Amino acid sequence: MANSTTKEPLIHITKRGLLPWYGAWGIRGGAILLALIFCALVTTVVTGQNPLSVYVTIFNASFSTQRRTWVLVQNIAMLLSVSLALIPAFKMKFWNLGGEGQMLAGGLATAACMICLKDVFPNWAIILCMIVGSIAAGALWGFIPAFFKARFNTNETLFTLMMNYVATQLVAFFIIIWEVPKGAGKIGIINQQTQIGWLPVIGNYKYLLNVIVVAVICVVMYIYLGYSKHGYEISVVGESERTAKYVGIKVSRVIIRTMLLSGAICGLTGMLLVGGTDHTLTTSITGGRGFTAVMVAWLAKFNPIWMILTSFLLVFLQRGASEISTVFGLNQSYGDILTGIILFFIVGSEFFIQYKINFRHAAGKEEAHV
Amino acid sequence: MFDFVSFIPRAVMQGIPLLYGSTGETLTEKSGNLNLGIPGIMYVGAISGVIGGFLYESSLSSPDAIRTLPAILIPLVCSMVGSLLMGLLYCFLTVTLRANQNVTGLALTTFGVGFGTFFGGSLIKLSGSSMPYLALSASSAIYRRTLPFAESTGWFGKIFLSYGFLAYAAIIVSLVVAYILKRTRVGLHLRAVGESPNTADAAGINVNRYKYAATCVGSMIAGLGGLYYVMDYSSGIWANNAFGDRGWLAIALVIFSIWRPNVGILSSILFGGLYILHMYIPTGMNLAIKEIYKMLPYVVTIIVLVVTSVRNKRENQPPQSLGLPYFREER
Repeated sequence: MANSTTKEPLIHITKRGLLPWYGAWGIRGGAILLALIFCALVTTVVTGQNPLSVYVTIFNASFSTQRRTWVLVQNIAMLLSVSLALIPAFKMKFWNLGGEGQMLAGGLATAACMICLKDVFPNWAIILCMIVGSIAAGALWGFIPAFFKARFNTNETLFTLMMNYVATQLVAFFIIIWEVPKGAGKIGIINQQTQIGWLPVIGNYKYLLNVIVVAVICVVMYIYLGYSKHGYEISVVGESERTAKYVGIKVSRVIIRTMLLSGAICGLTGMLLVGGTDHTLTTSITGGRGFTAVMVAWLAKFNPIWMILTSFLLVFLQRGASEISTVFGLNQSYGDILTGIILFFIVGSEFFIQYKINFRHAAGKEEAHV
Repeated sequence: MFDFVSFIPRAVMQGIPLLYGSTGETLTEKSGNLNLGIPGIMYVGAISGVIGGFLYESSLSSPDAIRTLPAILIPLVCSMVGSLLMGLLYCFLTVTLRANQNVTGLALTTFGVGFGTFFGGSLIKLSGSSMPYLALSASSAIYRRTLPFAESTGWFGKIFLSYGFLAYAAIIVSLVVAYILKRTRVGLHLRAVGESPNTADAAGINVNRYKYAATCVGSMIAGLGGLYYVMDYSSGIWANNAFGDRGWLAIALVIFSIWRPNVGILSSILFGGLYILHMYIPTGMNLAIKEIYKMLPYVVTIIVLVVTSVRNKRENQPPQSLGLPYFREER
């Protein structure tokens, strides 16, 4: 603070104009490349393996067999689905960190339909109940924080975060109520013999239905956000609430409506997980996707189409990282460390997309940051 | 009759890690940084301490050769360095590179929990133990040493004197932080940075320096919560995933104590009590209801969050620029 004011600082940071998309993705790609090199170095130090074989392992985790590729696609679809649910809220600058809870609420409603209605209704009616129930449950979980945000400006980041744990405990409660056999502490596969409430399988591809549903949501969301009146209102509220009020948008109504939508898609994702693939309910069924989705959405700058790429990237890297830990006999958490490192690099790279570093001597070529 | 004499000490011991975590997070949030990496930082603080303690214990010829000072200092310093590095990483990304705080925090948590579990797992393998955990009994015994007259004073000693030094340190630290925030010039500047960095900058306060300092010190305090958990609460036993979701609970506690570390002392004990209440309430064979009791801390937090926003008293609000990056040239 006390330095003389006339001296020009060595580096001076200014905001960039909008980079062309290839410039932005070039920087991101560079960051990912650096991250991969760094991860390979770390892995080489820890395991003593040749870094090339580490890369081969990462690649094999997703593409060596057809089954693995399907698992990859399924994971991408699920992650993408949650991310799609979050972006309307994020565009509105409503930090919905409650994807986990909203998914669990949807999953819980699905499991409830599968277990409690199995002798009451025919199969198609149960599936209908599952769809309606999961959407309603997820929407409710999104509505509660939105209502208080709209009415009293309650901090939504913290509220939605807490709602996750309420949902987790609620699921834990019902797991013990429904546990099979008594005392097992888990539900197991629901309706294993009768397959009541299992979503239909298209052809022989177990995951295809989920992928199709998510692809439809993706396209619809793209149109909704980009070309509808609602989407326009969302972006105005996100840019400036005052402007929104001035042009006559009812801000509280937009907040509640958008969060209902956000929660509903999360709930539907929960149903796809419980009814479509897992056919069981656990407290960890969401696999942290509610949080990973925040990064997917943010990396793609809330663009549904780019999100396909970013969710592919994260799932691919996660699966690769966990494969490394299996192959080289490290424990599973090693994958989390690598994922963390990669995220740090990508998160950091955003700076270089948004800002330009000017050196005191304009021709400076030295690196600004290590 | 509800057994208060055994309930309160256990509630306090549950509460202390939360108190460290929330004091650290309060300090951080007062500078405008919403550090969602606290769960990860607490993990790193814990495992760094364990690594230090493990190296020290295995360098000894026999477990009896352990000396008090290094046995305390080595894990303590390791833990603080570990969490300091995490805090620095967070600051570098969010303050210097102005990355999104939510995203960075979540990534930090992923990384920290992974780091803790990975090195925990490796140490367990290294120690050649057949159990899925690592025990640092000798160091822990020193950490758990209570005041000399704790045993002889009956229920009073049990409730007030039966803790290791880190528990008392937690209370002192939060009182000091509360004092600094409320009564000193540094605290005033820090609050100004969290409320309105533009104004603070115009008043000649170095915003970035305050953000760095508050976040790094906050991380170190939070890391101690992890250390307390391993060394004292769980008797030096590191088992992967034992720490659980306490980090998130610490973030909840910040809200619950409306950004005041001195309120946090009592509310952390209350939270600790709520956390273990399900073990003390006779539920008979109905295990399911226990899960509902575990929901209590979060529900109570939500209620506090709502009530403070409904009452809308200015001194009970989150720092105004919480979660927003600061760039001087963007006004």
